[in-house]
Amino acid sequence: MEHKETRLIFKHIDEPGYTNDIDCYMQHGGYEQLKKAVTMKPEDICAEVLTSGVRGRGGAGFPAGMKWKFLDRKSGKPIYLICNADESEPGTFKDRQIIHQDPHQLIEGMMCAAFAIQAKLAFIYIRGEFFQGYRILEKAIEEARSKNFLGDNILGSGYSCDIIVHRGAGAYICGEETGLIESLEGFRANPRIKPPYFPAALGAYQCPTIVNNVETLCDVKHIVEMGGEAFAKIGTPGNTGTRIWCVSGHVQKPGYYEFACADITLGQLIYDVCGGLKPGRKLKAVIPGGSSAKILRADERFKGKLKDGSEFDWGIEDIPMDFDSLAAVGSMSGSGGVIVMDDTTDMVEALANINYFYAHESCGQCTPCREGVPWMRKVTQRMVDGEAREEDADLLKSIADQIAGRTICAFGEAASWPVQSFIAKFKDEFVEKAKEQAARRKEGKATATETTLI
Amino acid sequence: MNLKPETIEKIDKLVPRYPTMRSAALPLCHLVQEDQGYLSNEAMEWIAQRLDLQPINIIEIVSFYPMLRTEPTGQYHVRVCRTLPCALAGAYQTCHRFEEEFGCKVGHTSADGKVTLEFVECHADCGKGPVVMVGEDEYTDIDPEKASELASKMKSGELSNGLPA
Repeated sequence: MEHKETRLIFKHIDEPGYTNDIDCYMQHGGYEQLKKAVTMKPEDICAEVLTSGVRGRGGAGFPAGMKWKFLDRKSGKPIYLICNADESEPGTFKDRQIIHQDPHQLIEGMMCAAFAIQAKLAFIYIRGEFFQGYRILEKAIEEARSKNFLGDNILGSGYSCDIIVHRGAGAYICGEETGLIESLEGFRANPRIKPPYFPAALGAYQCPTIVNNVETLCDVKHIVEMGGEAFAKIGTPGNTGTRIWCVSGHVQKPGYYEFACADITLGQLIYDVCGGLKPGRKLKAVIPGGSSAKILRADERFKGKLKDGSEFDWGIEDIPMDFDSLAAVGSMSGSGGVIVMDDTTDMVEALANINYFYAHESCGQCTPCREGVPWMRKVTQRMVDGEAREEDADLLKSIADQIAGRTICAFGEAASWPVQSFIAKFKDEFVEKAKEQAARRKEGKATATETTLI
Repeated sequence: MNLKPETIEKIDKLVPRYPTMRSAALPLCHLVQEDQGYLSNEAMEWIAQRLDLQPINIIEIVSFYPMLRTEPTGQYHVRVCRTLPCALAGAYQTCHRFEEEFGCKVGHTSADGKVTLEFVECHADCGKGPVVMVGEDEYTDIDPEKASELASKMKSGELSNGLPA
């Protein structure tokens, strides 16, 4: 079955002949929304964003308009806007496309947002590995400056704001907004404790700061264009606008696909849009929102009540792709990174791979995370190295349970959720691994088998 | 410190743009590393002095961020993503092939100084895994066979080192 994408943010992505220079962007109606925005009252733009219901596309899904509302405007301190372009949640590759192929859309969205919150200065914190993306943004900003879309007295409005592109250097924790701010200020990216350091009150340089994801800021441009109410009509109530689903792993056609929220189910996305699995393979599991999202098992039944009180009874393929439905089945839409695993996947190895990542990326500030996450990595590594014990599954769960909720930032949860969910859903495989190795040991054979994922 | 005039120019332009000098620490580490290939003690001291900071302030960020290096790399800096989506696409097999081709273990530089082979975490192009970076150039869908092709082009010197001239 065909499923038509709703391409709002990705309208021109991969379009033949569409280039990332300002002339092409303007030929396609670019910067018209900024021209409109600077004639509006800033508070009216904020109201439109609130009405739109747009939720943050970076992971937590917090309503952006609400975030803006928390801005401390009474302090008299300068306000900063930061675009979080540190795209680094494994499985996510949407911001890369926007930066590479349509950077002016981001700049226009940012300048609309900057004007709305009356930011004095804006930053794009881009991950260090995006070498080319950094150069593209620098060039795009120069082009926009030459046409007075940023800089001093933008389009004669009296409002001035510049953008600085700030490069990260390979640390995942910089995606956490207060870690990002520490990094921007020239420190190690150790996240700050909230309260009191909510960026909207005490952010960059202890000034009120808004940090939004690349995709969210692009949405702002479209909200200015169509109005908050029209934007809210895309998707479903509470899950407005589109989402870009980045599908990777064992599907025939991995890639990025933009759909209105709840317009497609997980099954349709995998089988119809992404061409299903390789011949002869069966679906085993899906991580629906980047590697920290809780894993879903292919043969699970998901039953419960949605926010609006309606009951649901879904198989994995029936889950509507939106914020609330994925939360209702115990996972999250996160950053939109859908990682698909077929029946050839060894779940102990997959978790060992994920644990390696989080152990590498823990900033080391909080003891439960600094000590616990590398411990979990050691356990799963030992298991794949041939020294698995039947009680390891319980040990892993016990460690994870003692990290989540006991750290300054959400990294503790991000590292614990994969472990908790893998053990909850695939415990039998962890126990089986130990039993198999014990049997081989008895026969005098090597206990470790060849691994593919670690 | 013998920095290129264009690096000094970039630094002098960049520093005053930030609300605080310290904010320029990470960008300066990037610029000096690009100029010198790595961050020596002398380089870190120079950055600290330029920003009115102590050397420890720079050392603590250099030791925190994976992309900042205190040692030079080989002629080619090969980074293989090993995170889950790339691993599901066969990144470990790709990396094993590079190890065989270059005769060096991942995490090391080959004896002839030609190649530094490293595992890295997610490069955010997971739909095209396995993803490999050579210098600043990205190569996608690199299965072991394509890894061998890339390796032979590196051995012959035909492949760009992926660094801006």
